Amino acid sequence: MSDLYRELILDHYKNPRNHGELDPCDAHAQGQNPLCGDDIAISMNFSGDDVSEVRFTGRGCAISQAAASMLMELVEGRSVTELAELPKEELLDEIGVPLEKNPARLKCALLSLGVLKLALHRAKGTPLPEEWAGFEER
Amino acid sequence: MSSITSISALDVPRIKSDFPVFEERFDGRELAYLDSANSSQKPRQVLEGLTEFYEHSYANVHRAVYELGERATAGYEGAREKTRAFLGADSTREIIFTRNGTEALNLVAHAWGLNELGPGDVVVSTVLEHHSNFVPWQYVAERTGAEFAVIGADGNGELDLEQLDAIAGRGRVRLVAFGLISNSIGSVNPVEALIGWAREHGAVTVVDACQAAPHRTLDVASLGVDFLALTGHKMLAPSGIGVLWGRQALLNSMEPFNLGGEMIRSVTIEETTWNELPNKFEAGTPPIAQAYGLGLAIDYLTRVGLERIEAHEHDLTTYAMERLAGADGVSVLGPPAERRGGIVSFTLDSAHPHDVAQILDSHGVAVRAGHHCTQPAMDHFGISATTRASFYLYNTRTDVDRLVEALADVRATFA
Repeated sequence: MSDLYRELILDHYKNPRNHGELDPCDAHAQGQNPLCGDDIAISMNFSGDDVSEVRFTGRGCAISQAAASMLMELVEGRSVTELAELPKEELLDEIGVPLEKNPARLKCALLSLGVLKLALHRAKGTPLPEEWAGFEER
Repeated sequence: MSSITSISALDVPRIKSDFPVFEERFDGRELAYLDSANSSQKPRQVLEGLTEFYEHSYANVHRAVYELGERATAGYEGAREKTRAFLGADSTREIIFTRNGTEALNLVAHAWGLNELGPGDVVVSTVLEHHSNFVPWQYVAERTGAEFAVIGADGNGELDLEQLDAIAGRGRVRLVAFGLISNSIGSVNPVEALIGWAREHGAVTVVDACQAAPHRTLDVASLGVDFLALTGHKMLAPSGIGVLWGRQALLNSMEPFNLGGEMIRSVTIEETTWNELPNKFEAGTPPIAQAYGLGLAIDYLTRVGLERIEAHEHDLTTYAMERLAGADGVSVLGPPAERRGGIVSFTLDSAHPHDVAQILDSHGVAVRAGHHCTQPAMDHFGISATTRASFYLYNTRTDVDRLVEALADVRATFA
């Protein structure tokens, strides 16, 4: 069996954390991975400089959806500045499966992080690194 | 052999031994390569022939006045003659080498479509098409003010010909583009009916043969089409070579596509005149060795026999559909085996196609997952992606068994 599908990934995929939509919300963004059609939308509320609440919805492969669910656990209660700079390694460590050899699946894993950064950029004007700028058009 | 006309079975072990990739072990297992509709593996006869060509016959074509250049030109033009015979075409002038099937279709869209179409005209494609035989027509319609019409399909993924009258009512039908076999679900399209209808309206027909040419005999004269596109890499040849066949009168009447060297007769500051066919459509240094490799691939396929290949794939497809019908949670898309090529596309209730393909990979089973460059077809079925197994001359029933066994593991993982 592929080691990509370890217990924790499957658990997040089947029981996604913070699944849903905040309406109204302070920040929102959506992004797709055109290669495989993964789709993630994230909505957030702020309390001062911190993210007080965050939710996601989406569809796609287990890696993209489990990664989004894991990202939710990393986000709540942290400051906007800190999250805008959140390195992808932190999410990848959390996912904890080897994706280096598989650039296509790496995109699945990092889709939610890109959408989070876009939502922060739109609501708070934080810098949007070029690698995430592709979602801006949508 | 009971009669001379019966088709003897393929000697698959012997064929397999021609393909070096099957000597490699993936986690100790032979590769079950079920992705030939995406791209085929290459036999030693093509690989070694290419090396020999590069070592002993390589130079640029059509211009070198030394021995090597003459050998290269002979190799390149020899491949054109093999392609002509393979397609049953009248003349090598009608065989245009391109980069791939996509470029062949774009050549027609640009050189014919942009110049011939206008308001009041209707350009027709189908909902099952690969994007390469859909997007160019949508684009030229948009650019020229023509109508873009799409023939829909039924729940089996078979074209709904009852829509043709309504499409004809939208204007002057000028061009009808369709594939012989759908790449994403495998349905065989009703060629005769579509060509008959197109002719009734005086429309030009463009056929995407990328999924047919590797697997069954084609004859452009009896098909009655005007343009036909194929790609080499799906039929044992290297990537980087495709073919456009077109009727000579049409090709002659068309504007050029790419402009530059080789496609000109003379160039002055005031004006340029075009070279004769096929050079008019082959600007720049062509894919020389790739074309030579296509010729070698045609030799190989012809030696094995396309009728036998087709019969073998039909057996595998029938077997795969039987086995998948009995597999839990699997839904196969498309028509019964009698009306499809060697392609079986399916969804699994509990797992996304990308996850399916990833776990199959860990079992040494290579399949394609995704929309297969047919998003309108996926929308038609109300899904975003499928897992697709496709067969070729080197596949066996064991490959199908391994697919079905690995699917049980996918289901167990996502249960």
